[in-house]
Amino acid sequence: MSTIDNKIPAGPLAEKWSKHKAAIKVVSPANKRKLDVIVVGTGLAGASAAASLSELGYNVHAFCYQDSPRRAHSIAAQGGINAAKNYQNDNDSVYRLFYDTIKGGDYRAREANVYRLAEVSPLIIDQCVAQGVPFAREYGGLLDNRSFGGVLVSRTFYARGQTGQQLLLGAYSALNRQIAKGGVKMYTRHEMLDVVVKEGKARGIIARDMVTGQVKRFGAHAVVVATGGYGNVFFLSTNAMGCNGSAAWQCYKKGAWFGNPCFVQIHPTCIPVHGDQQSKLTLMSESLRNDGRCWVPKKKEDAEKLQKGLIKANDIPEEDRDFYLERRYPSYGNLVPRDVASRAAKERCDAGYGVNNTGLAVYLDFKYSIERLGKKVIEARYGNLFQMYEKITDVDPYTEPMQIYPAIHYSMGGLWVDYNLMTNIPGLYAIGEANFSDHGANRLGASALMQGLADGYFVLPYTIGDYLANEIMTPKIDTKAPEFDEAEKAVTGRLQQLFNIKGKEPVDYFHKKLGHIMWDYVGMSRNEAGLIKAIAMMKELKKEFWSNVRIPGEMNNVNPELEKAGRVADAIEMGILMAQDALDRNESCGGHFREESVSEDGEAQRNDEKFTYVSCWEYKGEQAEPVLHKEDLVFENIKLSQRSYK
Amino acid sequence: MADITLNKIYVKVWRQNSPKDSGRFETYEVENISQGSSFLEMLDILNDNLIREGKDPIAFDHDCREGICGMCSLYVNGRAHGPDRDITTCQLHMRKFKEGETITIEPWRAGAFPVIKDLIVDRTAFEKIQQAGGFVSVNTGGVPDGNAIPISKVDADEAMDAAACIGCGACVATCKNSSAMLFVAAKVSQFAKLPQGKVEGARRAKAMVAKMDELGFGGCTNTGACELECPKAISISHIARLNREYLVAKLAD
Ligand code: SF4
Ligand code: FES
Repeated sequence: MSTIDNKIPAGPLAEKWSKHKAAIKVVSPANKRKLDVIVVGTGLAGASAAASLSELGYNVHAFCYQDSPRRAHSIAAQGGINAAKNYQNDNDSVYRLFYDTIKGGDYRAREANVYRLAEVSPLIIDQCVAQGVPFAREYGGLLDNRSFGGVLVSRTFYARGQTGQQLLLGAYSALNRQIAKGGVKMYTRHEMLDVVVKEGKARGIIARDMVTGQVKRFGAHAVVVATGGYGNVFFLSTNAMGCNGSAAWQCYKKGAWFGNPCFVQIHPTCIPVHGDQQSKLTLMSESLRNDGRCWVPKKKEDAEKLQKGLIKANDIPEEDRDFYLERRYPSYGNLVPRDVASRAAKERCDAGYGVNNTGLAVYLDFKYSIERLGKKVIEARYGNLFQMYEKITDVDPYTEPMQIYPAIHYSMGGLWVDYNLMTNIPGLYAIGEANFSDHGANRLGASALMQGLADGYFVLPYTIGDYLANEIMTPKIDTKAPEFDEAEKAVTGRLQQLFNIKGKEPVDYFHKKLGHIMWDYVGMSRNEAGLIKAIAMMKELKKEFWSNVRIPGEMNNVNPELEKAGRVADAIEMGILMAQDALDRNESCGGHFREESVSEDGEAQRNDEKFTYVSCWEYKGEQAEPVLHKEDLVFENIKLSQRSYK
Repeated sequence: MADITLNKIYVKVWRQNSPKDSGRFETYEVENISQGSSFLEMLDILNDNLIREGKDPIAFDHDCREGICGMCSLYVNGRAHGPDRDITTCQLHMRKFKEGETITIEPWRAGAFPVIKDLIVDRTAFEKIQQAGGFVSVNTGGVPDGNAIPISKVDADEAMDAAACIGCGACVATCKNSSAMLFVAAKVSQFAKLPQGKVEGARRAKAMVAKMDELGFGGCTNTGACELECPKAISISHIARLNREYLVAKLAD
């Protein structure tokens, strides 16, 4: 058994959270005013946490790299948010949401964390409604729901195709109210570049003002990292251009463990890559799979003609279409979880049935639902998504099927945290996508928004009190302390070093190269030889980067290239760790598919005997290899079985 | 839909190294751009060239590149977000441009949005307006069940129409008075349509309008230009609703 203390309380699953809340310490209002908390990132998790902590009375200092907290990439989430409300009377419950999430995550998440997530999920909906989030409604005036992949009930709440936007604007409005009241000091266009650890505790951050270039120190009694995921290691992903894993990486380098770095989600329904000028990929919401059917031609000759542009989708008769998801998974059909749908699309394309000029696309067809429900209904449900698709591709999805292909979307891995969402560095917390805790090896649709807001509104504000109660005697953090000197020196030293390389190639050149290595060897399908090769290639790339990158402009001015350079330097190192973790985990689970671990019928095969653990990587210095700790996952309530969606 | 390649285009861009710099246009050539590329991808390529030539790349704001974060903000060929309807700059594609064309790119121009560098402007004024009243005053926790108050579908849909604003500032940039009325109206109107927001509707309308005036945005003279260039097609009927809310609030004073 591992000796890692994850702070999961004893007792029956359904009572853990309430018992824990009753047992943890609370800080008095008078003392809260004396305590500073830094929150980095203002997406759903960060904004909701910053607002809630300020409401409780803490002094909050919030940071984001954008010009407004409202622009964090949570804003781009389209489909919806899950909650165990059972408004539809379809036998949903906290237990069922918990069970679906554990199963969807392929049994690689903690039971206690996931149960708590399901337990607080209904509160989130109430909170958002009270804030004025305009959720979709039925004619009777009550909240409407839709279905999402990997589940058999209808528990997803949504606001047209802009659920993330509306939820984020809700949290942003709560944040604004606190900014106006003076409880939150907001720093926009600031990028965290290091965490400061003093006497073993997190005591502040170093951040660069992205307008003046000034490197500044900020002290606090606790630091909360809510900086999202690291999907941009792959260069092409559905993440925003600025999304990066650097804040988490800085924590890792200061001793915080990184949990399950190899678990990234590849989303099945994205607009395919159009060429080598492409800078990012656009997601088409999973909700589309409610009404769209995935298919490729049955006949190779048809596929070849499509690839050459000789025929179009609508030229292929009904009987020659292979609805491969419905064929392989009759009970879930087009609503299988994301990892399963992505691999199935790749399998057909690898076999030569891709439908566009690159051979890397499948159809998502709405013809059938338009025939069944009428164009009006489909337009009401997905109008803005269809418009977005048409703007990008110049193809009208009402008359021709969409072309889609999987793309990197979300990171289930992240900073290791205990039940209190604290990393192994006291006073350093990680919430939302930045932590590893709730989605196991695969996240279900509409669960990212749920987790971000659960952490920020209803979990962290409680658990952080347990730590801060012991800090009430700690005076304001002195940012003149030697630990701050040292951290600031390291940050400016690194910026200067990057600047002084004066090589030949722009940052993007290295980022694209990294992306290719990652997609080819650490992407949808992984094997031992490929992973070893990828690690060697990335180590080489790292050397090349540090000797040949060219950064134009000035240090003390707006300088996007300098910002990117720091992030890409970190991304290369992150890529190496992801490959190392993927190499260690010689099993297929969720989004992590090892070619060495496949069942007879070609499905992913877990190895519970050997791999029922969270991998926790500890940094040991620039020259040394990281050390792997294993937190055993204990299942007391759910029996592990191979997932089946057939 | 095989996209053709533009062999050569000219890009005339506003360059301004800092808020104090007076700024000027510079023209660059860009070659081999696929019409399937986005406008910002074209700028990426231009910047790549500039870096390789040892020049300073063009600074511009962008992030999600899928039309939702509101960060991108370019004035292209005399139009906010460029020559297409209902899109942001990042959703603009090179299909809209012709071989050999000269494309003019400027930052948002408005007194309340000072230039920071090149095409990046400071939109902090929008933040201040939201902080003045763009919220429902509820704390986390202790709220009623989500289905406790039925809201008619029509009202919820209208609230959603208004809530779709992405805070980009195109309305201000395109308005000859640099008015922020559409932006303010979108928020006021969203809440005015919902029972949760109605409670403090009067206070909100007054506070947000007062802040907008204070920050140097111009007055609205109903030209309707904002509605035409708004990437989310926010209707000026919301401005009418804001005016009603404001009037009621003032009458109550
Ligand atoms: S109203 Fe339209 S143009 Fe103005 S900020 Fe909102 S989305 Fe942009
Ligand atoms: S970059 Fe986000 S809207 Fe254009």
